[in-house]
Amino acid sequence: MADPLKEEIPETAEPPFERPKTMPPAPSLQKPVAPAIKKPKQDKAPIEDPGIWRISRRNFFSVAGWASFFMFLATSTISSLRFMFPRVLFEPPSAFEAGFPEDYLVGEVSEKYKDEYRVWIVREADGFYALSAICTHLGCTPRWLAEENKFKCPCHGSGFRRTGINFEGPAPRPLERLNIGLGPDGQILVDRNLKFLYERGDWIKPEAFLPYA
Amino acid sequence: MFKIREKLQQTEVWKSIFRHNYQDTNRNRALQIVDNVFMHLHPVRISRHATNIGFTWGMGGITFLLFIVLTITGVILMFYYRPGAEYAYEDMKYLMNDVAFGPLIRNMHRWGAHAMVITVMLHMFRVFLTGSYKPPRQFNWVVGVVLLVLTLLLSFTGYLLPWDQLAIWAVTVGANMARATPLLGHEGPFGAELGMRIDNDIRFLLLGGTQVGPPTLLRFYVGHCILLPLIASVFMAVHFWRIRKDGGISGPETEKKKL
Repeated sequence: MADPLKEEIPETAEPPFERPKTMPPAPSLQKPVAPAIKKPKQDKAPIEDPGIWRISRRNFFSVAGWASFFMFLATSTISSLRFMFPRVLFEPPSAFEAGFPEDYLVGEVSEKYKDEYRVWIVREADGFYALSAICTHLGCTPRWLAEENKFKCPCHGSGFRRTGINFEGPAPRPLERLNIGLGPDGQILVDRNLKFLYERGDWIKPEAFLPYA
Repeated sequence: MFKIREKLQQTEVWKSIFRHNYQDTNRNRALQIVDNVFMHLHPVRISRHATNIGFTWGMGGITFLLFIVLTITGVILMFYYRPGAEYAYEDMKYLMNDVAFGPLIRNMHRWGAHAMVITVMLHMFRVFLTGSYKPPRQFNWVVGVVLLVLTLLLSFTGYLLPWDQLAIWAVTVGANMARATPLLGHEGPFGAELGMRIDNDIRFLLLGGTQVGPPTLLRFYVGHCILLPLIASVFMAVHFWRIRKDGGISGPETEKKKL
Protein backbone atom coordinates (compact mmCIF):
# COMPACT_ATOMS: atom_id res chain seq x y z
CA MET A 1 0.00 0.00 0.00
CA ALA A 2 1.26 3.39 -0.88
CA ASP A 3 2.18 5.72 1.94
CA PRO A 4 -0.53 8.34 2.02
CA LEU A 5 1.87 10.89 3.42
CA LYS A 6 4.25 10.67 0.49
CA GLU A 7 2.96 12.47 -2.49
CA GLU A 8 3.80 10.71 -5.70
CA ILE A 9 5.52 13.02 -8.09
CA PRO A 10 4.06 12.66 -11.52
CA GLU A 11 6.66 12.04 -14.21
CA THR A 12 5.20 14.77 -16.27
CA ALA A 13 6.48 17.40 -13.89
CA GLU A 14 9.12 19.83 -15.09
CA PRO A 15 12.71 18.49 -15.11
CA PRO A 16 14.89 19.16 -12.04
CA PHE A 17 16.78 22.44 -11.98
CA GLU A 18 20.23 22.22 -13.53
CA ARG A 19 22.84 24.70 -12.48
CA PRO A 20 24.31 26.52 -15.51
CA LYS A 21 28.08 26.14 -15.73
CA THR A 22 28.59 29.90 -15.73
CA MET A 23 26.93 30.22 -12.32
CA PRO A 24 29.24 30.28 -9.30
CA PRO A 25 28.85 27.30 -7.02
CA ALA A 26 26.49 27.62 -4.06
CA PRO A 27 28.19 29.16 -1.02
CA SER A 28 27.81 26.02 1.03
CA LEU A 29 29.91 24.10 -1.48
CA GLN A 30 32.77 26.60 -1.38
CA LYS A 31 33.93 25.68 2.12
CA PRO A 32 35.19 22.22 3.04
CA VAL A 33 32.37 20.50 4.84
CA ALA A 34 33.11 19.04 8.27
CA PRO A 35 32.64 15.30 8.48
CA ALA A 36 29.22 14.39 9.80
CA ILE A 37 29.09 13.57 13.48
CA LYS A 38 28.11 9.98 14.00
CA LYS A 39 25.38 10.08 16.57
CA PRO A 40 24.30 6.85 18.15
CA LYS A 41 20.61 6.18 17.75
CA GLN A 42 20.11 6.26 21.49
CA ASP A 43 21.82 8.50 24.03
CA LYS A 44 24.20 5.94 25.45
CA ALA A 45 27.17 6.45 27.71
CA PRO A 46 30.48 5.54 26.04
CA ILE A 47 31.52 1.99 26.84
CA GLU A 48 34.57 1.51 29.06
CA ASP A 49 35.07 5.22 29.42
CA PRO A 50 36.73 5.95 32.78
CA GLY A 51 35.06 9.36 32.75
CA ILE A 52 36.51 11.64 35.37
CA TRP A 53 39.18 9.06 36.21
CA ARG A 54 40.80 9.22 32.76
CA ILE A 55 44.23 10.62 33.44
CA SER A 56 44.45 14.14 32.09
CA ARG A 57 45.19 17.55 33.47
CA ARG A 58 41.57 18.61 33.21
CA ASN A 59 40.37 15.57 35.12
CA PHE A 60 43.05 16.00 37.75
CA PHE A 61 41.76 19.46 38.52
CA SER A 62 38.20 18.21 38.43
CA VAL A 63 38.91 15.44 40.93
CA ALA A 64 40.96 17.75 43.11
CA GLY A 65 38.18 20.31 43.06
CA TRP A 66 35.51 17.83 44.04
CA ALA A 67 37.77 16.28 46.66
CA SER A 68 38.42 19.63 48.34
CA PHE A 69 34.71 20.45 48.17
CA PHE A 70 33.76 17.25 49.96
CA MET A 71 36.65 17.62 52.40
CA PHE A 72 35.36 21.07 53.23
CA LEU A 73 31.83 19.72 53.62
CA ALA A 74 32.98 16.88 55.88
CA THR A 75 35.21 18.99 58.11
CA SER A 76 32.65 21.75 58.48
CA THR A 77 29.99 19.16 59.35
CA ILE A 78 32.25 17.65 61.98
CA SER A 79 33.17 21.03 63.43
CA SER A 80 29.53 22.16 63.49
CA LEU A 81 28.66 18.95 65.31
CA ARG A 82 31.47 19.53 67.78
CA PHE A 83 30.26 23.12 68.15
CA MET A 84 26.97 21.77 69.51
CA PHE A 85 28.73 20.04 72.43
CA PRO A 86 29.38 22.76 75.02
CA ARG A 87 32.74 22.74 76.82
CA VAL A 88 31.46 24.52 79.89
CA LEU A 89 28.30 23.50 81.70
CA PHE A 90 26.50 26.03 83.86
CA GLU A 91 25.16 23.31 86.08
CA PRO A 92 25.71 22.60 89.78
CA PRO A 93 28.93 20.66 90.40
CA SER A 94 28.67 16.92 90.70
CA ALA A 95 30.35 16.79 94.12
CA PHE A 96 29.15 18.88 97.06
CA GLU A 97 29.47 19.19 100.82
CA ALA A 98 26.33 18.30 102.71
CA GLY A 99 27.03 19.66 106.19
CA PHE A 100 28.19 17.86 109.32
CA PRO A 101 26.88 14.43 110.37
CA GLU A 102 25.60 15.94 113.61
CA ASP A 103 23.23 18.17 111.63
CA TYR A 104 20.96 15.23 110.83
CA LEU A 105 18.37 13.55 113.03
CA VAL A 106 18.10 9.79 113.10
CA GLY A 107 15.36 8.60 110.74
CA GLU A 108 15.38 11.83 108.77
CA VAL A 109 15.10 12.04 104.98
CA SER A 110 16.72 15.40 104.32
CA GLU A 111 15.45 17.40 101.34
CA LYS A 112 17.94 20.19 101.96
CA TYR A 113 20.00 19.41 98.86
CA LYS A 114 17.17 18.27 96.63
CA ASP A 115 16.46 21.56 94.87
CA GLU A 116 20.03 22.23 93.85
CA TYR A 117 21.57 18.79 93.57
CA ARG A 118 18.58 16.42 93.34
CA VAL A 119 19.87 14.32 96.23
CA TRP A 120 18.25 13.11 99.44
CA ILE A 121 20.47 12.43 102.44
CA VAL A 122 18.91 9.67 104.53
CA ARG A 123 20.02 9.32 108.14
CA GLU A 124 19.53 5.85 109.57
CA ALA A 125 20.49 4.71 113.06
CA ASP A 126 23.91 3.47 111.98
CA GLY A 127 24.77 6.01 109.28
CA PHE A 128 23.95 7.82 106.03
CA TYR A 129 23.25 7.13 102.42
CA ALA A 130 22.62 9.53 99.55
CA LEU A 131 19.71 8.79 97.22
CA SER A 132 19.51 10.27 93.76
CA ALA A 133 16.19 12.13 93.35
CA ILE A 134 15.86 11.03 89.74
CA CYS A 135 13.02 8.61 89.07
CA THR A 136 14.34 5.47 87.42
CA HIS A 137 11.31 5.42 85.14
CA LEU A 138 11.77 8.54 83.00
CA GLY A 139 13.74 10.96 85.12
CA CYS A 140 11.24 13.16 86.96
CA THR A 141 11.90 14.20 90.56
CA PRO A 142 9.89 12.11 93.05
CA ARG A 143 8.52 13.67 96.24
CA TRP A 144 9.25 12.50 99.75
CA LEU A 145 5.95 11.78 101.51
CA ALA A 146 6.95 11.61 105.18
CA GLU A 147 3.50 10.47 106.41
CA GLU A 148 3.48 7.50 104.05
CA ASN A 149 7.21 6.90 104.45
CA LYS A 150 7.79 6.66 100.71
CA PHE A 151 9.01 8.52 97.65
CA LYS A 152 6.31 9.16 95.06
CA CYS A 153 6.92 10.36 91.52
CA PRO A 154 4.32 12.88 90.29
CA CYS A 155 4.82 12.06 86.62
CA HIS A 156 3.68 8.45 86.36
CA GLY A 157 3.13 7.36 89.96
CA SER A 158 6.23 5.30 90.69
CA GLY A 159 6.72 4.65 94.42
CA PHE A 160 9.92 3.89 96.30
CA ARG A 161 10.57 2.87 99.91
CA ARG A 162 12.86 5.03 102.00
CA THR A 163 15.68 2.63 101.14
CA GLY A 164 15.13 3.45 97.47
CA ILE A 165 13.57 0.11 96.54
CA ASN A 166 10.76 0.47 93.99
CA PHE A 167 7.45 -1.11 94.93
CA GLU A 168 4.70 0.50 92.83
CA GLY A 169 4.22 2.20 89.50
CA PRO A 170 6.21 1.80 86.30
CA ALA A 171 9.75 2.34 87.66
CA PRO A 172 11.77 -0.70 86.60
CA ARG A 173 14.52 -0.51 89.25
CA PRO A 174 15.34 1.10 92.60
CA LEU A 175 16.59 4.66 92.98
CA GLU A 176 20.35 5.06 92.61
CA ARG A 177 22.57 5.66 95.61
CA LEU A 178 25.49 8.02 95.33
CA ASN A 179 29.03 8.09 96.60
CA ILE A 180 29.04 9.40 100.20
CA GLY A 181 31.99 9.99 102.51
CA LEU A 182 33.57 12.40 104.94
CA GLY A 183 35.61 15.35 103.75
CA PRO A 184 38.83 16.54 105.40
CA ASP A 185 36.88 19.22 107.31
CA GLY A 186 34.48 16.64 108.75
CA GLN A 187 31.63 17.50 106.41
CA ILE A 188 29.67 14.91 104.50
CA LEU A 189 30.88 14.74 100.89
CA VAL A 190 28.53 13.52 98.15
CA ASP A 191 29.74 12.79 94.62
CA ARG A 192 26.87 12.40 92.17
CA ASN A 193 29.13 11.07 89.43
CA LEU A 194 29.70 7.79 91.26
CA LYS A 195 26.50 5.81 91.31
CA PHE A 196 25.66 2.61 93.15
CA LEU A 197 22.97 0.44 91.65
CA TYR A 198 21.03 -2.03 93.76
CA GLU A 199 20.55 -4.46 90.86
CA ARG A 200 24.30 -4.67 90.43
CA GLY A 201 24.80 -5.35 94.14
CA ASP A 202 26.61 -2.03 94.62
CA TRP A 203 24.78 -0.94 97.76
CA ILE A 204 26.98 -3.06 100.06
CA LYS A 205 30.09 -1.26 98.82
CA PRO A 206 31.69 0.96 101.50
CA GLU A 207 31.44 4.14 99.40
CA ALA A 208 27.65 3.80 99.20
CA PHE A 209 27.16 4.09 102.97
CA LEU A 210 28.67 6.41 105.56
CA PRO A 211 28.65 4.91 109.07
CA TYR A 212 28.05 7.38 111.89
CA ALA A 213 31.14 7.58 114.01
CA MET B 1 -11.86 53.70 34.14
CA PHE B 2 -11.90 50.77 31.74
CA LYS B 3 -9.57 52.67 29.44
CA ILE B 4 -7.06 53.30 32.19
CA ARG B 5 -7.04 49.61 32.93
CA GLU B 6 -6.53 48.78 29.29
CA LYS B 7 -3.66 51.26 29.04
CA LEU B 8 -2.15 49.88 32.19
CA GLN B 9 -2.23 46.40 30.78
CA GLN B 10 -0.27 47.58 27.76
CA THR B 11 2.61 48.95 29.85
CA GLU B 12 5.90 47.13 29.94
CA VAL B 13 5.77 46.84 33.73
CA TRP B 14 2.41 45.08 33.67
CA LYS B 15 3.44 42.79 30.84
CA SER B 16 6.68 41.86 32.54
CA ILE B 17 4.79 40.72 35.64
CA PHE B 18 1.71 39.15 34.10
CA ARG B 19 2.70 37.04 31.14
CA HIS B 20 -0.74 36.08 29.92
CA ASN B 21 -4.33 37.23 30.19
CA TYR B 22 -6.90 35.57 32.34
CA GLN B 23 -9.64 34.67 29.91
CA ASP B 24 -11.11 31.34 30.95
CA THR B 25 -9.50 29.07 28.39
CA ASN B 26 -7.80 25.74 28.91
CA ARG B 27 -4.50 27.26 27.90
CA ASN B 28 -4.77 30.11 30.38
CA ARG B 29 -5.84 27.80 33.17
CA ALA B 30 -2.75 25.69 32.56
CA LEU B 31 -0.53 28.78 32.31
CA GLN B 32 -1.85 30.05 35.63
CA ILE B 33 -0.40 26.96 37.29
CA VAL B 34 2.77 26.61 35.25
CA ASP B 35 3.76 30.29 35.24
CA ASN B 36 3.31 30.75 38.97
CA VAL B 37 6.26 29.95 41.20
CA PHE B 38 3.95 28.99 44.07
CA MET B 39 1.62 26.89 41.92
CA HIS B 40 4.03 25.19 39.53
CA LEU B 41 4.63 22.36 42.00
CA HIS B 42 1.01 21.38 41.45
CA PRO B 43 -0.29 19.20 38.66
CA VAL B 44 -1.61 21.33 35.79
CA ARG B 45 -4.65 19.11 35.49
CA ILE B 46 -6.29 16.75 37.92
CA SER B 47 -8.80 14.03 37.25
CA ARG B 48 -12.42 14.41 38.24
CA HIS B 49 -12.27 12.00 41.18
CA ALA B 50 -9.43 14.00 42.74
CA THR B 51 -11.81 16.85 43.47
CA ASN B 52 -14.04 14.49 45.42
CA ILE B 53 -13.65 15.46 49.06
CA GLY B 54 -14.73 11.97 50.10
CA PHE B 55 -11.67 10.54 48.39
CA THR B 56 -8.91 12.81 49.69
CA TRP B 57 -10.61 14.30 52.76
CA GLY B 58 -8.51 17.35 51.85
CA MET B 59 -6.25 16.38 54.70
CA GLY B 60 -2.95 17.13 53.00
CA GLY B 61 -4.17 20.59 52.05
CA ILE B 62 -5.53 21.23 55.54
CA THR B 63 -2.19 20.19 57.01
CA PHE B 64 -0.42 22.65 54.72
CA LEU B 65 -2.90 25.37 55.64
CA LEU B 66 -2.22 24.71 59.33
CA PHE B 67 1.52 24.89 58.66
CA ILE B 68 1.02 28.34 57.13
CA VAL B 69 -1.17 29.44 60.06
CA LEU B 70 1.47 28.17 62.50
CA THR B 71 4.25 29.96 60.63
CA ILE B 72 2.42 33.29 60.67
CA THR B 73 1.23 33.09 64.28
CA GLY B 74 4.67 31.80 65.31
CA VAL B 75 6.42 34.79 63.78
CA ILE B 76 3.96 37.09 65.57
CA LEU B 77 4.65 35.36 68.90
CA MET B 78 8.40 35.83 68.38
CA PHE B 79 7.93 39.58 68.78
CA TYR B 80 7.12 39.13 72.47
CA TYR B 81 8.85 35.89 73.45
CA ARG B 82 12.45 35.76 74.64
CA PRO B 83 14.01 32.30 74.87
CA GLY B 84 15.92 32.90 78.11
CA ALA B 85 15.27 31.00 81.32
CA GLU B 86 14.56 34.26 83.20
CA TYR B 87 12.15 35.59 80.58
CA ALA B 88 10.43 32.72 78.79
CA TYR B 89 7.73 31.93 81.34
CA GLU B 90 7.09 35.61 82.12
CA ASP B 91 6.81 36.44 78.42
CA MET B 92 4.33 33.61 77.94
CA LYS B 93 2.29 34.97 80.85
CA TYR B 94 2.57 38.47 79.42
CA LEU B 95 1.32 37.23 76.06
CA MET B 96 -1.60 35.47 77.68
CA ASN B 97 -2.65 38.29 80.00
CA ASP B 98 -1.57 41.70 78.77
CA VAL B 99 -0.68 41.66 75.08
CA ALA B 100 -3.54 42.77 72.82
CA PHE B 101 -4.79 39.72 70.94
CA GLY B 102 -1.96 37.77 72.60
CA PRO B 103 -4.20 34.94 73.84
CA LEU B 104 -5.81 34.66 70.40
CA ILE B 105 -2.47 34.33 68.61
CA ARG B 106 -0.98 31.97 71.16
CA ASN B 107 -4.05 29.79 71.22
CA MET B 108 -4.16 29.71 67.43
CA HIS B 109 -0.56 28.53 67.52
CA ARG B 110 -1.19 26.00 70.26
CA TRP B 111 -4.41 24.50 68.90
CA GLY B 112 -3.14 24.69 65.34
CA ALA B 113 -0.15 22.62 66.42
CA HIS B 114 -2.37 20.01 68.03
CA ALA B 115 -4.61 19.98 64.97
CA MET B 116 -1.69 19.61 62.60
CA VAL B 117 -0.53 16.41 64.29
CA ILE B 118 -4.06 15.05 63.98
CA THR B 119 -4.46 16.04 60.32
CA VAL B 120 -1.06 14.56 59.44
CA MET B 121 -2.22 11.28 61.00
CA LEU B 122 -5.56 11.40 59.16
CA HIS B 123 -3.78 12.26 55.90
CA MET B 124 -1.51 9.23 56.27
CA PHE B 125 -4.52 7.10 57.20
CA ARG B 126 -6.30 8.19 54.02
CA VAL B 127 -3.22 7.58 51.88
CA PHE B 128 -2.95 4.12 53.39
CA LEU B 129 -6.63 3.31 52.86
CA THR B 130 -6.63 4.44 49.22
CA GLY B 131 -3.38 2.57 48.55
CA SER B 132 -1.74 5.79 47.42
CA TYR B 133 1.62 4.65 48.80
CA LYS B 134 1.87 2.04 46.02
CA PRO B 135 4.07 2.43 42.92
CA PRO B 136 4.95 4.93 41.61
CA ARG B 137 4.32 6.80 44.86
CA GLN B 138 6.55 4.84 47.27
CA PHE B 139 9.14 7.59 47.49
CA ASN B 140 6.53 10.22 48.25
CA TRP B 141 5.30 8.07 51.14
CA VAL B 142 8.85 8.10 52.50
CA VAL B 143 9.00 11.88 52.13
CA GLY B 144 5.66 11.98 53.98
CA VAL B 145 7.05 9.89 56.83
CA VAL B 146 9.96 12.34 57.15
CA LEU B 147 7.40 15.15 57.29
CA LEU B 148 5.51 13.29 60.03
CA VAL B 149 8.72 13.03 62.07
CA LEU B 150 9.42 16.74 61.48
CA THR B 151 5.89 17.59 62.61
CA LEU B 152 6.38 15.59 65.80
CA LEU B 153 9.79 17.21 66.39
CA LEU B 154 8.22 20.64 65.92
CA SER B 155 5.59 19.68 68.50
CA PHE B 156 8.24 18.39 70.88
CA THR B 157 10.48 21.44 70.63
CA GLY B 158 7.53 23.84 70.84
CA TYR B 159 6.27 22.11 73.96
CA LEU B 160 9.30 23.27 75.97
CA LEU B 161 9.01 26.95 75.10
CA PRO B 162 6.37 28.00 77.72
CA TRP B 163 9.07 26.97 80.26
CA ASP B 164 6.59 25.89 82.93
CA GLN B 165 6.73 22.75 85.05
CA LEU B 166 4.71 20.74 82.54
CA ALA B 167 7.07 21.72 79.71
CA ILE B 168 10.27 21.04 81.62
CA TRP B 169 9.23 17.62 82.88
CA ALA B 170 7.64 16.56 79.62
CA VAL B 171 10.89 17.32 77.81
CA THR B 172 12.89 15.69 80.60
CA VAL B 173 10.88 12.52 80.08
CA GLY B 174 11.09 12.78 76.29
CA ALA B 175 14.81 13.43 76.26
CA ASN B 176 15.47 10.58 78.69
CA MET B 177 14.32 8.17 76.01
CA ALA B 178 17.38 9.31 74.05
CA ARG B 179 19.54 7.82 76.81
CA ALA B 180 18.58 4.40 75.51
CA THR B 181 19.54 5.13 71.88
CA PRO B 182 21.62 2.24 70.52
CA LEU B 183 25.30 3.17 70.10
CA LEU B 184 24.70 6.90 70.69
CA GLY B 185 23.02 6.90 74.12
CA HIS B 186 24.94 6.25 77.31
CA GLU B 187 22.35 3.78 78.59
CA GLY B 188 21.58 2.20 75.24
CA PRO B 189 22.94 -1.02 73.74
CA PHE B 190 26.69 -0.72 73.07
CA GLY B 191 26.58 2.91 74.27
CA ALA B 192 28.90 2.44 77.23
CA GLU B 193 31.23 0.26 75.14
CA LEU B 194 31.60 3.12 72.66
CA GLY B 195 32.55 5.52 75.44
CA MET B 196 29.18 7.26 75.78
CA ARG B 197 28.74 9.15 79.02
CA ILE B 198 25.98 11.43 80.24
CA ASP B 199 28.06 14.40 79.09
CA ASN B 200 28.88 13.32 75.55
CA ASP B 201 26.00 11.25 74.16
CA ILE B 202 23.11 12.07 71.84
CA ARG B 203 20.93 13.31 74.70
CA PHE B 204 23.66 15.75 75.70
CA LEU B 205 23.69 17.03 72.11
CA LEU B 206 19.92 17.44 72.20
CA LEU B 207 19.80 19.23 75.57
CA GLY B 208 23.09 21.12 75.47
CA GLY B 209 23.73 19.88 79.00
CA THR B 210 23.19 16.90 81.25
CA GLN B 211 19.75 18.13 82.27
CA VAL B 212 16.98 20.30 80.83
CA GLY B 213 18.24 23.84 81.43
CA PRO B 214 18.64 27.25 79.79
CA PRO B 215 20.82 25.86 76.96
CA THR B 216 18.03 23.39 76.18
CA LEU B 217 15.49 26.20 75.93
CA LEU B 218 17.66 28.14 73.50
CA ARG B 219 18.45 25.04 71.46
CA PHE B 220 14.80 24.05 71.18
CA TYR B 221 13.83 27.61 70.33
CA VAL B 222 16.25 27.86 67.41
CA GLY B 223 15.26 24.41 66.22
CA HIS B 224 11.56 25.19 66.55
CA CYS B 225 11.64 28.58 64.84
CA ILE B 226 14.29 28.17 62.17
CA LEU B 227 15.88 24.78 61.61
CA LEU B 228 12.87 22.47 61.59
CA PRO B 229 10.48 24.75 59.63
CA LEU B 230 13.21 25.25 57.01
CA ILE B 231 13.79 21.52 56.62
CA ALA B 232 10.04 20.89 56.61
CA SER B 233 9.55 23.49 53.86
CA VAL B 234 12.11 21.79 51.63
CA PHE B 235 10.50 18.41 52.19
CA MET B 236 7.03 19.85 51.57
CA ALA B 237 8.17 21.31 48.25
CA VAL B 238 9.48 17.89 47.23
CA HIS B 239 6.31 16.25 48.54
CA PHE B 240 3.97 18.44 46.46
CA TRP B 241 6.18 18.28 43.38
CA ARG B 242 6.29 14.50 43.55
CA ILE B 243 2.48 14.36 43.48
CA ARG B 244 2.61 16.08 40.11
CA LYS B 245 5.47 13.92 38.86
CA ASP B 246 3.74 10.72 39.95
CA GLY B 247 0.62 11.55 37.95
CA GLY B 248 -1.48 13.64 40.31
CA ILE B 249 -3.69 12.36 43.06
CA SER B 250 -4.04 8.60 42.95
CA GLY B 251 -7.24 7.15 41.59
CA PRO B 252 -9.01 3.94 40.78
CA GLU B 253 -7.73 1.86 37.88
CA THR B 254 -10.66 2.82 35.65
CA GLU B 255 -9.94 6.51 36.06
CA LYS B 256 -6.36 5.99 34.99
CA LYS B 257 -7.48 4.43 31.73
CA LYS B 258 -9.62 7.44 30.95
CA LEU B 259 -6.64 9.69 31.37
